Amino acid sequence: MYPPKFDYYRADSVDEAVALMGQHGGKFIAGGHSLLPVMKMRLADPGVLIDIGRIDGLRGITRSGNSFRIGALTTHATVAAYDDRHFPDALKHAAGMIGDPQVRNRGTVGGNVAHADPASDLPTVFLALGATFHIAGANGARSVHAANFFTGLFETALAENEVLTAVEVPAEGIENGSAYAKLFNPASRYAMVGACANITVSLTGECTACSVAVGGLTPKATAAPSVGAALVGKQLTDDNIAAAAALVLNDLGGDVMGDIHASAEYRRQMAPVFVGRALTLAGHRAGWVARLQKNVKDVAGDVLEEIERRLRK
Amino acid sequence: MKVSMTVNGKATERDVEPRMLLVHFLRDELGLTGANIGCDTTQCGSCTIHLNGTAVKSCTVLAVQADGTSITTIEGLAQNGNLHPMQQAFWDKHGLQCGFCTPGMIMAATKLAAGNPHLTDEEIRHGLEGNLCRCTGYENIVRAVKAGAQAMAGGD
Amino acid sequence: MGNYKGKSMKRVEDPRFIQGKGRYVANLSIPGMVHVAIKRSPYAHATINSVDTAAAAALPGVVAVYTGSDFSNVGGLPCGFTPPGIKTPAHPVVAVSKVRHVGDPVAVVVAENAYIAHDAVDLIEVDYTPLPAIVDAKGAMDTGAPLVHDDVPDNCSFHWPLGDKDATAQAIASADHVVEMELINQRLIPNAMEPRACVAQWDSFMENMTVWTTSQNPHTIRLLLGAFTLQIPEHKLRVISPDVGGGFGSKIFHYAEEVIVPWVARAVNRPAKWVSTRSEASITDAHGRDHVTHAKLGLKKDGTITGLYVTTWANMGAYLSTFAPLIPTALYITLLSGLYKIPVIFGETYGTMTNTVPVDAYRGAGRPEASYVLERLLDIAAQDLKMDPVELRRKNLIPPNEFPYQTPVALQYDSGNYPALFDKIEQLADYKGMRKEQEKARKDGRLVGVGFSSCIEASGPAPSAVAVGLGAGIGLFESGVIRVHPTGKVTVLTGSHAHGQGHETTFAQIVADELGVPMEDVEIIHGDTERTPYGVGTYGSRSAAIGGSALVKSAEKIRHKLTLLAAHLLEADPADIVYDQNSGKVHVKGAPDRAKAFGELSFALTTADKLPPGMEAGLEETSFYDPANFTFPNSAHVAQVEIDRDTGEVTIQKYAAVDDVGKVINPLIVEGQIVGGIVQGVGQALWEHGVYDENGQLLTATMLDYAMPRADRFPTIQVDRNETPSPHNPLGVKGAGEMGTIAGTTTIVSAVMDALAPLGIRHLEMPLTAEKIHNAIKAATSNGGGN
Repeated sequence: MYPPKFDYYRADSVDEAVALMGQHGGKFIAGGHSLLPVMKMRLADPGVLIDIGRIDGLRGITRSGNSFRIGALTTHATVAAYDDRHFPDALKHAAGMIGDPQVRNRGTVGGNVAHADPASDLPTVFLALGATFHIAGANGARSVHAANFFTGLFETALAENEVLTAVEVPAEGIENGSAYAKLFNPASRYAMVGACANITVSLTGECTACSVAVGGLTPKATAAPSVGAALVGKQLTDDNIAAAAALVLNDLGGDVMGDIHASAEYRRQMAPVFVGRALTLAGHRAGWVARLQKNVKDVAGDVLEEIERRLRK
Repeated sequence: MKVSMTVNGKATERDVEPRMLLVHFLRDELGLTGANIGCDTTQCGSCTIHLNGTAVKSCTVLAVQADGTSITTIEGLAQNGNLHPMQQAFWDKHGLQCGFCTPGMIMAATKLAAGNPHLTDEEIRHGLEGNLCRCTGYENIVRAVKAGAQAMAGGD
Repeated sequence: MGNYKGKSMKRVEDPRFIQGKGRYVANLSIPGMVHVAIKRSPYAHATINSVDTAAAAALPGVVAVYTGSDFSNVGGLPCGFTPPGIKTPAHPVVAVSKVRHVGDPVAVVVAENAYIAHDAVDLIEVDYTPLPAIVDAKGAMDTGAPLVHDDVPDNCSFHWPLGDKDATAQAIASADHVVEMELINQRLIPNAMEPRACVAQWDSFMENMTVWTTSQNPHTIRLLLGAFTLQIPEHKLRVISPDVGGGFGSKIFHYAEEVIVPWVARAVNRPAKWVSTRSEASITDAHGRDHVTHAKLGLKKDGTITGLYVTTWANMGAYLSTFAPLIPTALYITLLSGLYKIPVIFGETYGTMTNTVPVDAYRGAGRPEASYVLERLLDIAAQDLKMDPVELRRKNLIPPNEFPYQTPVALQYDSGNYPALFDKIEQLADYKGMRKEQEKARKDGRLVGVGFSSCIEASGPAPSAVAVGLGAGIGLFESGVIRVHPTGKVTVLTGSHAHGQGHETTFAQIVADELGVPMEDVEIIHGDTERTPYGVGTYGSRSAAIGGSALVKSAEKIRHKLTLLAAHLLEADPADIVYDQNSGKVHVKGAPDRAKAFGELSFALTTADKLPPGMEAGLEETSFYDPANFTFPNSAHVAQVEIDRDTGEVTIQKYAAVDDVGKVINPLIVEGQIVGGIVQGVGQALWEHGVYDENGQLLTATMLDYAMPRADRFPTIQVDRNETPSPHNPLGVKGAGEMGTIAGTTTIVSAVMDALAPLGIRHLEMPLTAEKIHNAIKAATSNGGGN
């Protein structure tokens, strides 16, 4: 409950933040909802904190072309409440499942992904959505794809003197759908299993693209390409979804983690369940045009039949 | 390090260690002991306050991070001696027993209810995910928040 | 009779709480105050070779650092319940040579603020030699298990048998059907929302010590501080428990910090403060439950119970906490009869020492454990005999005309109408409708379960002679003073203590009605040994029945005095005087105008110029009420749950409860107690578990890992009452504080197991986590079991 001593610097710009880090080392702090809890338990003692929480321009969500740029300081609450029908549903809903309302009011997207907690929700979602991470550092700016951003347990591609400035995700078109499904830890509300599905469905109801990721099980969010591969080219029936979801086990690797709340074996068994739930929901969201078309045909078909019947009479 | 903030409408300034948590700043520096500390892992919500108009857990904010902000604590909720409608509702509906979680509950509830006069039970129960109570079983808290939300909107 | 009793009066204590003005110990600040932090053992069992405090002492802002040997002038923490033959190992306030659980205090830091104190704690170097640890209640008695105390052979502190062993064994042997099972009642961490805290101030001029502590019973703490630990004479000690943020039993006991903090205040001659963190609370506050039980229930073919044989191993932890041995003995074995006529019962408990945090009373304390054993056995018996679980229970209920009812395990039940209780809950819950709904759901392949449980509680521990006879170190009466001021305003002093129960309201209702004065003219004072007479405090759902009755007795004395005074002033025969408890007017029978108002009479006792011969001036009466027996609240609860077949997660769909808590003084408060208790009980059934690994490390020391019940896991809970007044106290009340917790656990377990029964799953241990249920479903379905 009492963090250890540290020196504190406040950065007013990304450049200043990078310079301060170069000069003093330590850790960046934004909302503090990943870092302060471990400091309060004295499990982290960074010595120096560089507060980037006030840097203008790192906050908020902006649409540019076919993507959304989420500033690193954007809170989970802002993401969860973001109202744009092209904004990925999975991200919006996953943000709303993080912690609790107070935590979401203070915790930031950047802080969350930089911490790279394996039980966190956003890394899984960003991985499935194919997000791009924008990074600023002493040697200028660079961008890293989600597949390369999460490198291990509490580890990312961020170098010590680099600041994450934004995460960019593709906008969803009418043929896209995404969803996040989560098995909550009953105590902490972190994900024991989190699954995100990002699906494209053709006008005939066929899955044309599918990207799936899972979290909570492995040291870092893990992509499940086997699932997507099995589903592409198929209709999103319950059976097809179940068969594809089961393949997530092929992608988990050997290092599934367990604890007193859920053993590794249980988590493995839950992975297909939650992948299946995410796929079903995402498919439903993506397939609405196909369903509408089918419905129109059904309804119109009836009408035509009726006209024909009356004409014959 | 010098920090200044507006707390319950009053400008305050103190020189504090950077590591001082906002909840300790409020309790020990300002004597505002309404925000309680019930856990050390950002779980219980007893320390919930309003920071620039949103409900946050003051145990997981550094006082230096709150520099320049405007803060409302449970002590600042009643106006001119009149209880806030949510305080009144907690009293009317027996929404508290030992009272320890109550300040945080009420501070979370006022934000949950703002602009939502017709909260459902489910919305309230989910909206209070960040607040633990060991006494009431939540039942009367749900009733209180429902009544408080209506009263805040001017109904009753 | 009266204006307030039986009414849902809004609580008078609430205005301060809803405005953030609660007077909790942690809110106390005294100029010049130092802060105490404690270095604790990271090992479950180890020898202390050396403690190096040099770096800590050198840290700027550190006032002093102490180790175990500095506390040689204080006594060990005593155990206040010692049945014959018990072995009570020493419990030093700060460990000297050995640590016996993770969290055992090793050194004490005193600093200018809490941050520095915690910095200094990290600088203390302790050299340990780790020893093998034992954490399991039953395994502690195995041959070769590590010995926790050299003077407690086999780690067995006591063996407590009750009942006719041979007759019970015989009844089981000759039964048509026997249900035999192992049951684990898992360890719980109480987690009152307010962590414990202690502040002490030493008056070096008068040599008086004031201790503010988060206690449910400040007088008991003063007694133990005075007579055993700190050894400051009781009349020089003042213990104050102001507002306390929940206790649930965990704040009954005398803890090391209550000795350390005043000791430090005297040593450094400055006020001293210690506030527990939550993770510290998890490894220092007494835990609850932790039983391993072997039970056998004998029945006839038609479901009539013939006998019950129970053997329990109760984990006491590393030391015997203040009332620890009482819980799995006199508050457990004696409750095994439940609401049922059971011809013979034998129960025995082994109290074992382990390298874990001490275990003591936690909401329900012994009674939930008893109820759990009995209700599980009955559910399984019903399954085996293919009977409806409610019908099987009904068949064995104690009939209403057999009260007072003597059980085979010492207790004599006061009153009850159990068939009516069952009728009421079946109606409230629409039990038959639930069963129909369940049938339909099962056809759809859904796992829906209906749970039923009926529970008894012995509340209001008393009478003193029996308690002390069983091994209690103190009597269990309660005190109550009514002080009427000259103008007729009333101050009430009670030895009971409120930490959420609302005594300031309930007791004011009682006294206002007894005297016929407005409630706002009555103020209740509690929790300060210098203001209130010696009293026992609040636990075991005893306050209304015993503390409330003490006030009734004092009010009777007040009324008697005022009746005599009015007779004198109105020149009438006392026998012709009527005391109107609605108005507080004392008048001549048949002549309401020949009257004296309450305030007139109280003032007359202040002017004292026209008193009848022999009457003393002033108006203040004291009573110490010691009841004839416990009271026996009882309940029947029903719940419906659905299990997610894919994940094993449980959703509670419906919950209904009917409780008999005797007469009710404030329905609003009683309902709050019942519902709060249910949710706490459900916590045990589904989520809560204090988990130790085999090395004695507590894996659930924070709320990140200890799953507390949250609002979103519950439906609306329906409650109703089935009132049968207790004849054992003038108010007719029974305890209301623990019934919900007792029934909440058993009802939800019953519902979950009922949902799983078609799969052939007989029993799972609590907490019924998603994983446990999922695995059971998987095992059952892959074996081809079920339908």
